[in-house]
Amino acid sequence: MKHIAIGIFGAAALGLMASAASAATLDTVKQKGFIQCGVSTGLAGFSAPNDKGEWQGLDADFCRAVAAAVFGDGSKVKFTPLSAKERFTALQSGEVDLLSRNTTWTINRDTALGLNFVGTTYYDGQGFMINAKKLPGVNSALQLSGAAVCVQSGTTTELNLADYFKKNKMEYNPVVFEKLEEVNAAYDAGRCDVYTTDQSGLYGIRLTLAAPADHVVLPEIISKEPLGPAVRQGDDQWYHIVKWTYFALLNAEEAGITQANVDELKTSTDPNVQRILGTEPDSKFGTDLGVTNDWVVNIVKAVGNYGEMFERNVGSGSPLKIARGINALWTKGGLQYAPPIR
Amino acid sequence: MASQEILREEPSRGSLINDPKIRGLFFQTLVIILLFGSIWWIVHNVIDNLTRLHIASGFQFLRGRAGFDISDTPIAYTSDSTYGRALVVGLLNTIIVAAAGVVTATIIGFIVGIGRLSQNWLIRKICMVYVEIFRNIPPLLVIFFWYSGVLAVLPPPRESIHLPFGSFLNQRGFYITRAVWGEGSWLIAVAFVVALAMAWFVARRARQRQMATGQQFPVFWTSVALIVGLPVLAFLLAGMPLTFDFPKQSTFNLTGGFQLKPEFLSLYMALSCYTAAFIAEIVRAGIRGVSKGQTEAAGALGLRSGPILRLVVVPQAMRIVIPPLTSQYLNLTKNSSLAIAIGYPDLTATAGTVLNQTGQAVEGVLIMMIAYLVLSLVTSAVMNVVNARMALVER
Repeated sequence: MKHIAIGIFGAAALGLMASAASAATLDTVKQKGFIQCGVSTGLAGFSAPNDKGEWQGLDADFCRAVAAAVFGDGSKVKFTPLSAKERFTALQSGEVDLLSRNTTWTINRDTALGLNFVGTTYYDGQGFMINAKKLPGVNSALQLSGAAVCVQSGTTTELNLADYFKKNKMEYNPVVFEKLEEVNAAYDAGRCDVYTTDQSGLYGIRLTLAAPADHVVLPEIISKEPLGPAVRQGDDQWYHIVKWTYFALLNAEEAGITQANVDELKTSTDPNVQRILGTEPDSKFGTDLGVTNDWVVNIVKAVGNYGEMFERNVGSGSPLKIARGINALWTKGGLQYAPPIR
Repeated sequence: MASQEILREEPSRGSLINDPKIRGLFFQTLVIILLFGSIWWIVHNVIDNLTRLHIASGFQFLRGRAGFDISDTPIAYTSDSTYGRALVVGLLNTIIVAAAGVVTATIIGFIVGIGRLSQNWLIRKICMVYVEIFRNIPPLLVIFFWYSGVLAVLPPPRESIHLPFGSFLNQRGFYITRAVWGEGSWLIAVAFVVALAMAWFVARRARQRQMATGQQFPVFWTSVALIVGLPVLAFLLAGMPLTFDFPKQSTFNLTGGFQLKPEFLSLYMALSCYTAAFIAEIVRAGIRGVSKGQTEAAGALGLRSGPILRLVVVPQAMRIVIPPLTSQYLNLTKNSSLAIAIGYPDLTATAGTVLNQTGQAVEGVLIMMIAYLVLSLVTSAVMNVVNARMALVER
C-alpha cells in the first residue's frame, strides 16, 4: 500500500510543488541544514541500521561523504529507507536529495525516469543462492529448471531473472515480494528454492538467515549490475557535487590519503596531494564546485577514502568479507577509475 | 405562469444582489469555474513539471515489453508480453480473488448469521465468537495469520501431506488432480446447460400447478436428477473423454495437476473469513428486522421452522440485507489490494511493478484508480439490479 501513497504524494508533489523543486538543490540543502538521503530498508554492508539505530554501510557512508563535502560535517544526513518500488518516485518528487540505495545504473533510469547517475560505487552482478542442505547436488544455476525463485519486485533483478531462464529454456516459478524483509522471510521459511539478487546482497542476506552455513551462492553471475548513487536531472551543480564526491573518494585512495594521515598530509608538498586537499596556493577547485576548498579533507575525515569505506563496510573489516575484486582501483587491476582533480 | 413572473420580478426590482435566483446562478457558476479551473491547473502543472524534470509521460509505455514474469496468469502471459497485458493479468487476478471471496464470504456469512439466532446455545455461542474475533482484527493481520501462521508451517514439498483423490498439501500450496477433457467433451457442457434449463422449466411448471391445484411436485429431486443425470449420460455417450493429470514429485516441486498457491489461498481465505463476520451481522440484523408476527402467523398456518425461514423470513430479510451487503462486497474487492503484503500478483502489485519498471508513477496510479472505480461501480450496478428485483412489490 505504501507505494501507492508515495505514488499519489509524488503525483501531488509534482503537481503542487512547482516552485520548491525548481530551486537549486544545494541552496535548499544548505537552508534546511542536512541532506535527505534515500537508502534501502536494510541491506547489510550497504545501508542497514546497526543496534544503536545508526545507518551503516557503503551507501550510507556515501551520503555522509556528500554531507561532509557540503557542510564539512558528515553527520548532517537524514536517512529515508525506501523499497525498490518507492525509490525513484521519492527522488523525482524531491522527497530525498540523493538516492544512494544499491541501485543499478541503466539507460532507462538515466533518461526516461529523469534521473542522473553519478558513477558506480560498487560493481556487482546478479547471482543465485540455494539451501544446499535441502537441495544436495545442485551446484549450477543451469540445474534450476522448475524451481520456485524468490525475488524482489520492481528491480532489474526481476528482469534479468526472466531473461536468464528464457535464454536457457528453463522454467521457473516466480515468488515476488515488494520488501526485502518479506523476500528474506519467504526464502528462510522455504516458500522458494532459490533466492536471486545482486551477489553482494546475497552474501549480506545469508548472514541474516537462521542457518547461514546451510546456504551456498551458486557460481554463475548472470548480469552486470553497476550500483551507484543518483540525483534528479536538471540541477547540474548538485549533480557535479555528488559526482565529484565519488571521484574524490577514489582520488584520495589513489593518492594514499587516509582518515589517519589526512591532517598530516595537509602540509605535503606533493602537488597532486595539494590539489586534492585544496592546500595549493589560491586553489579554487572547491569553490568552483560550490563547496569549500577543504572539501576533500572533510570527506576523508568523515568516512575515509573509497578503500577504507569498502573494507569497513563490505570487505575484510566486515562480516561480509567480500574481496575487492573488480572494485579495486584501476592501478590494482580493478575498474574503479576517477578523472583527476586538477 | 403569469403569477410566477410577477413573483419573480418583484424582488429583483429592489436589488439585483438580493435576487435569490440570480444569487444562486452566480454562486453555481462560480463553483463550476473554480472546480474546472483547479482541475485544469493541476493537470497543467503536472504536465509542466514532468516536462521540466525530464520524466517521460503518456500511455505509450503500455505497449512496451514487460520483461518480468508473473506467478499467477489466468491468461497467456510471458515476459515477452506488454505492460498493458501485465496490467490485465493483474486485474483478472483481482477479479478472481474478489469473486471467489464474495461467494465464500456470503455462504459463511449467511450460515454464521443464521447460526447466531439458533435455538442451540452451543451453535449460537460459536457463531458469536467467530464474528467477534474476525470483526475485530485488521484484515492485513488475518492475511498474515493465514499466510505465516497456517500455510507457511506446512511441510516442504518433499514431505507433502497426501490427501484423497491424488491431491497434496505442502508449503508451496494445494495441488489437486487436474481433469483433462478430451474430444467430444463439449457434449457434456451442452447437456449441463440443457439440464439447467429443464430444471428451471420444471420448477416453473410445478409452481404454476401448485398455485392452481395445490398439488406439490418433488422439484428438488427432479432437478438434481436432471442436472447430474444428463451430463453423466452425455459423458458415457461421448465415450468417456476424460483423463487425469496427477501432481508428481520432481526435483524442486510437485509438477502437473492444478496448483493453488499459498498466496492466493491465504488471501482468499482471509478475505472470506473477515468479510463473512460483517455479513453475518448484516444477516442477523435483516432477520431480526422481520416482524415477529410474520413468524408466528406462518407458524399458525402450519408451516414448520425450515419452511418459515425459507419462505417467509428470508425473502423479507433480504430486502434489508442487500444494500449493506453491497458495501461489504465493495470492501472485499478493495481489501484484496492488501495482496501486495504476501506477494499475490493482483492489480495493485502488478501495477506497482509496472510503475516502477517504467517510472510512470502518475499514469500508473491513474490506471489503478480507474480500474478499482470501474470494478466497484460494476459491482454496485449488479447489486442494484438484484435489489430492485427483491424490493417489495406493492399491490
